[in-house]
Amino acid sequence: MNLSKMIQKRPKDTKGTLIKLYKTLLPFKVLIIFVVVLSIFSCVLSLLGPYFCGEAINEVEKGPGMIDFSIVWKWAVMMLVSYLFSEVVYLTINLIMVSVSKKTGYILRKECFEKLHRLPVSVFDDNSAGDILSRISYDVDVVATSIQTDISQIITTIITVLGSFFMMLKISLPLSCITMVTLPVTIIYTIHIKGITRPLYSKRSEKYGEMNGFVEEMFSGEKTIQAYSYEENVSKEYAKINKEASDAYFNADVRGVTIGPTMGMMNNLSLALNGMIGSILYMFSFATLGQLSSFILYSRKFAGPINELSNIMNEIFSALSAAERIYSFLGMKEDPEDAPDAIELTSGEGRVELRDVSFSYSTEKEILHSVSFSTEKGKTLAIVGETGAGKTTIINLLMRFYRPQGGKILIDGIDSAKLTDRSLRSQFAMVLQDTWLFRGTVLENIAYGREDATREEVVEAAKKAGIHHFITTLEKGYDTVISENGGNISKGQKQLLTIARAFLSKAPVLILDEATSNVDTSTEKKVQEAMTALMKGRTAIVIAHRLSTIENADEIIVMSHGSVVEKGTHSSLLEKKGAYYNLYRSQFA
Amino acid sequence: MKFILSYMKKTWSFILLTMVIKFIGTFLELLIPYVLEYIIDVVAPTKSLKMVLVWGGVMIVLAILCRLFNKTANQRAVTSASKNIYRLRQDLFEKTIYLSSDVIDHITLPSLISRLTSDSYNILSFMQSSQTLGVRAPILLLGGFIVTFSMDRGMAMILAVMAPLIIAIVVFISRKGIPLYTSVQKKLDEVVRIMRENISGIRVIKALGKEKRESHHFEMADKDMEKSEIKAGFTMALPTSIVKVFMNIGLVLVVIIGAIRVSEGTMKPGVILAFLSYFQMIMMGVLTLNRFFLMMSKANASSMRIKDTMDSISSLSITEEESGNEKAKEGYIVFDDVSFSYDGASNAVSHISFSLERGKTLGIIGGTGSGKSTIINLMMRFYDPQKGNIFVDGKNIKSYELPSLRRHFGVVFQNDFIFHDTISSNIKMGRNISDEDMKKAAENAMAAEFIERYEEGYEHYSAIHGAAFSGGQKQRLLISRALSGDSPVIVLDDSSSALDYRTDSMVRKNILSNHKSSSLVIVAERVSAVMNADEILVLHNGEIIGRGRHDHLMESCDEYRDIYQTQMGEARE
Repeated sequence: MNLSKMIQKRPKDTKGTLIKLYKTLLPFKVLIIFVVVLSIFSCVLSLLGPYFCGEAINEVEKGPGMIDFSIVWKWAVMMLVSYLFSEVVYLTINLIMVSVSKKTGYILRKECFEKLHRLPVSVFDDNSAGDILSRISYDVDVVATSIQTDISQIITTIITVLGSFFMMLKISLPLSCITMVTLPVTIIYTIHIKGITRPLYSKRSEKYGEMNGFVEEMFSGEKTIQAYSYEENVSKEYAKINKEASDAYFNADVRGVTIGPTMGMMNNLSLALNGMIGSILYMFSFATLGQLSSFILYSRKFAGPINELSNIMNEIFSALSAAERIYSFLGMKEDPEDAPDAIELTSGEGRVELRDVSFSYSTEKEILHSVSFSTEKGKTLAIVGETGAGKTTIINLLMRFYRPQGGKILIDGIDSAKLTDRSLRSQFAMVLQDTWLFRGTVLENIAYGREDATREEVVEAAKKAGIHHFITTLEKGYDTVISENGGNISKGQKQLLTIARAFLSKAPVLILDEATSNVDTSTEKKVQEAMTALMKGRTAIVIAHRLSTIENADEIIVMSHGSVVEKGTHSSLLEKKGAYYNLYRSQFA
Repeated sequence: MKFILSYMKKTWSFILLTMVIKFIGTFLELLIPYVLEYIIDVVAPTKSLKMVLVWGGVMIVLAILCRLFNKTANQRAVTSASKNIYRLRQDLFEKTIYLSSDVIDHITLPSLISRLTSDSYNILSFMQSSQTLGVRAPILLLGGFIVTFSMDRGMAMILAVMAPLIIAIVVFISRKGIPLYTSVQKKLDEVVRIMRENISGIRVIKALGKEKRESHHFEMADKDMEKSEIKAGFTMALPTSIVKVFMNIGLVLVVIIGAIRVSEGTMKPGVILAFLSYFQMIMMGVLTLNRFFLMMSKANASSMRIKDTMDSISSLSITEEESGNEKAKEGYIVFDDVSFSYDGASNAVSHISFSLERGKTLGIIGGTGSGKSTIINLMMRFYDPQKGNIFVDGKNIKSYELPSLRRHFGVVFQNDFIFHDTISSNIKMGRNISDEDMKKAAENAMAAEFIERYEEGYEHYSAIHGAAFSGGQKQRLLISRALSGDSPVIVLDDSSSALDYRTDSMVRKNILSNHKSSSLVIVAERVSAVMNADEILVLHNGEIIGRGRHDHLMESCDEYRDIYQTQMGEARE
């Protein structure tokens, strides 16, 4: 499955995504219900503020000498208490939602990470790591942020709008009529302008993305550009992309920046109408000054959330698509689990047999065509052939990173399909061409396969691998931390470390991939020696490139285009003057 | 900041007018509550319907004008910002693309990229908002003060005391909050790092059954991130709440003091209403100003980084050729006792001397870090050696304009670059090369066979970084590029490591027979790639430890013989 094809702008299955999101949020059910209740509470309190304010001003309106200060004080204190209380509740809601959202982020990331281990290896061969990583980091962040702000915001908005409207109606029906005109106009305008700007803004980010990609590419290839004096062409190309990005910014923002002033105008118009009609009502004693002032405060409260709501809709929209991407990642087909009756192979002998194994990565092209071979305990089997002959695929199948479509793989005579994943894989120790080290000490890296190994055993393994001396020259010896994927040590030394790792392993079968690895000669020699030592006493399956390995192998399998074309020893195959002979001639002569 | 202004200056009259328009727009905005107060306090009591309508009309006109001015100003700001940022980015790009290698090494690639992307976005938002927010926020604040002051001094004092207090608190918390976000970012980096590590090592992890350990490891980093996210979230939730609390306290004070004033007969009730409006306006101004300052400090940091790039000077100056250097005539390419160090501490290459005739082949062999690629870097003048001279075609390379020096070479670097463009552009690289020559080069590089299998042939679009090509296809495509210009010197730096031996030797054969007058420089770790060269240099730790033809080296150079034997097998002599 290709992840990048899953990236889509709009949510497709909103309902399904919401159900899954609901399940994810289930542990926080009580907190969220609490937040809903608090939000209502906070809104009502903040809505009472302007009402109390109006009451106080009503008293003030009586004019000099007529004001009863005890009443003013009463309303002022009520006003203060309701505002403060509302704010405290509001802050509490905020804090609860921050922790709910961050905890949700934690859970989603954890689930995604654990999913990584259950996915078939093919997913990682088909998708770039960046795709997967952006799913787990960026999308999770978008969802978490939306949970943090949007849930309480939606509740607040709805209650504030309804509540303000109710209060406004209560204060003065005629004044509310003004709102009934300006409100729909504002809403229609908002929907209209968002409809125009949304595609413009996505075009803007698309163009920015293109520009970033271009810049990254060109700067990475700068040396080549300079070598071919290609700078001017590239600059011209950039001018085009730059212009497009600037234009996309202009087109989106030149419309986007009108929203604020227009919304402001709506508010001011409504204020003007309120003032005019209010004054008229006041003139004919249909309204008091206090009513007028609290009405104006309410109408201000009213206008804010409407504008806000359109922004929230955008956020919810993108959060939903992000959530959908996360859930579709979490829903990807996993490697089958061990069957309940799977056999646990404890101590294997190291006999491996492939019987008529066929395999294709995709359905179109078969990579292996009924490959058969077997190896005896303690013997070395060398696999040779051109690139693309299917050598690496055999490793993938042996380790059950992929499963064959046809044929059987037998371990000690048992059909490996019947073994548990763990016990099958523990039959093998691998030294691959792409050495993998993680950030941790040298000791941890070597002992990775057997954490119960003592320090002495680790040192012993390092000595056998011929890397002990090098390790002791490091600043902290075995406790030196290796940076990400071994950036601070050379390729050859990395290989020696993985060989040391294999020395610690008690697995009866060794899988070696010798492919040429651009290391300097002295290290190359060490690697070769270490590998030879490693093979002693174990069954070894080697993707062979070194002549010495091939010549000393007990059996050589020659592969071509996914089939075994020849089998035999070095000398018998040479005599045959067939495929092996040709290969040997072209590579080594 | 000066740097950003230097770009804004280019449209200064336009920007100045924008700011004036914004000023008027904001001023009108300030006027509206004032008029409302006037209507309620002065006009309404006169019971003159006509006057109420007139003043109401004034308000409506003001509202419409206010939008017109603000909208115009905002749009003008976008217009000038988009023009200026275009110019800035173009200048920066053109500067960067010509930077010399040592400057690039110094600034580093990720930083160069972020200067042209995220830094330029920071500056863009500043360019735009300085003409809008930058005018509006101070005027809202200042104007609000002045108007309220003129209405009632005593009550304006509430604002005068509260506003600076709020500014101080908000700025203080925001300052505290920013490092918290940096720490969240670091934790996120760690989370991503572990994920990336697990993806790249998925085979080893599965093979060794380490899923549980890795999950546990990840969970700790994940938890760590959650904690620091919650901390940052809690901190940043405070400013808005604090501002709102102060604002609400202020509103209550306005009502109380207003009541006292009205009772004393020194103020009219309508003023309270206007005050409430101005109060909210000023608070908004405070929040906006805070946002503007954050934006400004970001833009300032960005502009300093960009200016740093713009001011960097190429270390590669062109010098006059001192005439009649005998060394220069020794060959087509001459290295005369060249020593060079990247960091000034340890030499990457020392005392390199050789000369290469036209039509001859030079092989350079040695382990990783032995200085092979450095020789290519020096030969094409990506760096200048600290010692010694290099001559190409009879002239010191320092006397060439860089493009005319580099025109001598058709080169493939180690891990060279394939652009997200057609195969044809990737081969031609903007040079004046006919389709025929391009195809011939591709044939010689053994690339034609796979290129022509594409439906679009040479117009096939390469994926980013040539990701869809196999290692061998990439290298053959790159070699086509190097061959297509029929350059006097063809340089192949470790460019056939992914080719099988047969293809590799075919390519070399094609080059030798079709580019007879070109000099060929082959850098390799594989003996088979260099063993037929006219001269082979064996490099170790930046020094030449052996030179000559293959047969000669087999006898005279232990290191070379060693390499040969490990690669070709002990049995073969």
